[in-house]
Amino acid sequence: MNAVSIFKRDLLIAFRNRGELLNPLMFFLMVASLFPLAVSPDPKFLGLIAPGVIWVGALLATLLSLDLLFKSDYEDGSLEQMLLVPQPLMLLVLAKVLVHWLVAGLPLALMAPLLGLMLGLPEGGYQPLIISLLLGTPVLSLLGSIGAGLTVGLRKGGMLMPLLILPLYIPVLIFAASAVQSGVDGNSYSGHLAFIGAYLALAVVFAPLAASAALRITTAR
Amino acid sequence: MWQALTRLYHKLGSPKWFYQISGRCMPWFLIAGSGLMAVGIVWGLAFAPADYLQGNSFRIIYIHVPAAMLSQSAYIMMAVAGVVGLVWKIKMSFIVGKVIAPIGASVAIIALLTGAIWGKPTWGTYWVWDARLTSMLILLFLYFGVIAIHNAIESEEMANKAAAVLAIVGSINIPIIKYSVEWWNTLHQPATITLTKKPTMAPEMFIPLALTIIGFYCWFAFWVFARTRNEILLREHRTKWVKKLLTSKPANNNGAST
Repeated sequence: MNAVSIFKRDLLIAFRNRGELLNPLMFFLMVASLFPLAVSPDPKFLGLIAPGVIWVGALLATLLSLDLLFKSDYEDGSLEQMLLVPQPLMLLVLAKVLVHWLVAGLPLALMAPLLGLMLGLPEGGYQPLIISLLLGTPVLSLLGSIGAGLTVGLRKGGMLMPLLILPLYIPVLIFAASAVQSGVDGNSYSGHLAFIGAYLALAVVFAPLAASAALRITTAR
Repeated sequence: MWQALTRLYHKLGSPKWFYQISGRCMPWFLIAGSGLMAVGIVWGLAFAPADYLQGNSFRIIYIHVPAAMLSQSAYIMMAVAGVVGLVWKIKMSFIVGKVIAPIGASVAIIALLTGAIWGKPTWGTYWVWDARLTSMLILLFLYFGVIAIHNAIESEEMANKAAAVLAIVGSINIPIIKYSVEWWNTLHQPATITLTKKPTMAPEMFIPLALTIIGFYCWFAFWVFARTRNEILLREHRTKWVKKLLTSKPANNNGAST
């Protein structure tokens, strides 16, 4: 069992449970459609809040899907086997996170333009929206793996995880939403994206480390 | 000198020694902290000159700034205690880390509340999404996370380690969050309200502030020691020395009655 085989296995499991993959996406769609109902259906106003709404929706949808990351493996015992395998746990975690991003983060990025259309996102916002989601959702998955690792054995982990992880998501949210906003305003947004990229680079290096430390702690009995 | 320090360090790793050493220096922190606070507060509230712009309302600075500084350094201390605990497997440092979390959170709340009270006369509103306020709020959220994980995990040892990991991750993120919030603020909001940037303060204003800051840290040390000692007694209540301590007279137990 190495990182590649875990990657293949997780991907296979994910596609065998296709129904579960759709849940975060439907959640994303529903959250975004609550805003026009709650705030105002005025397209001008919606266009103003669209970048933030879409990004908050993507963030919450990712948060919900993080439960998938380690939970089932923990329940059927295969997570403990992974901890015992003479392979760096970091790489195994990274493989799992990559799968999580492919099945949860990437679809969000691809679906976001549709929501942009529904919310009347102005023309210039689409490109930064997609790029920022492509760069930002892996960060969400990576940081989320720390929270998922810390709460994996807990019965009430579902409520705890947002508390632990949301503060760490704030930089991504700030820069992604402002990148989209600058795109809407017709300004350059590469600086914001560069910051998300830097955060991604940092998270790729450190998050698997922290997540594997967390897994070793929470699964020790 | 170095050897004495390392010996002290190793001694502090043992609950029994920690209990005795902290019992000896705890009163001094309380005395020093109270003295500094009394002088600083009286000086700051009664004798320091009023601010030329904000009048007397600025005087809340003598609570606000020490609380804000302390809440930030307490988080770092918690993370350092977590690193020490995870790397050298020292139980005591986990206890200290656990004890700091609620203290740091309460100090952060004090900072936010005094900030709101200060904001009302100065900016005309209790809350603005100013960069510093926002990052303080996020710091409070980070504390909440650490406290929540302590509450959620039943096994003491597991909770300590998990909270240590979270504290370390959070401390890496603190600078990132801080700068991103600052940039966000300059990106989004036109500068409708500028915090009166800490000017080169007049010494009559600054000295009492420095006194209250040091006083807050001394009180913090006292508080941490007191709570850590409680935690030690709770955890070690089966050991011989604690039983002996609790049954012996209060006179010869190194200040355990404080």
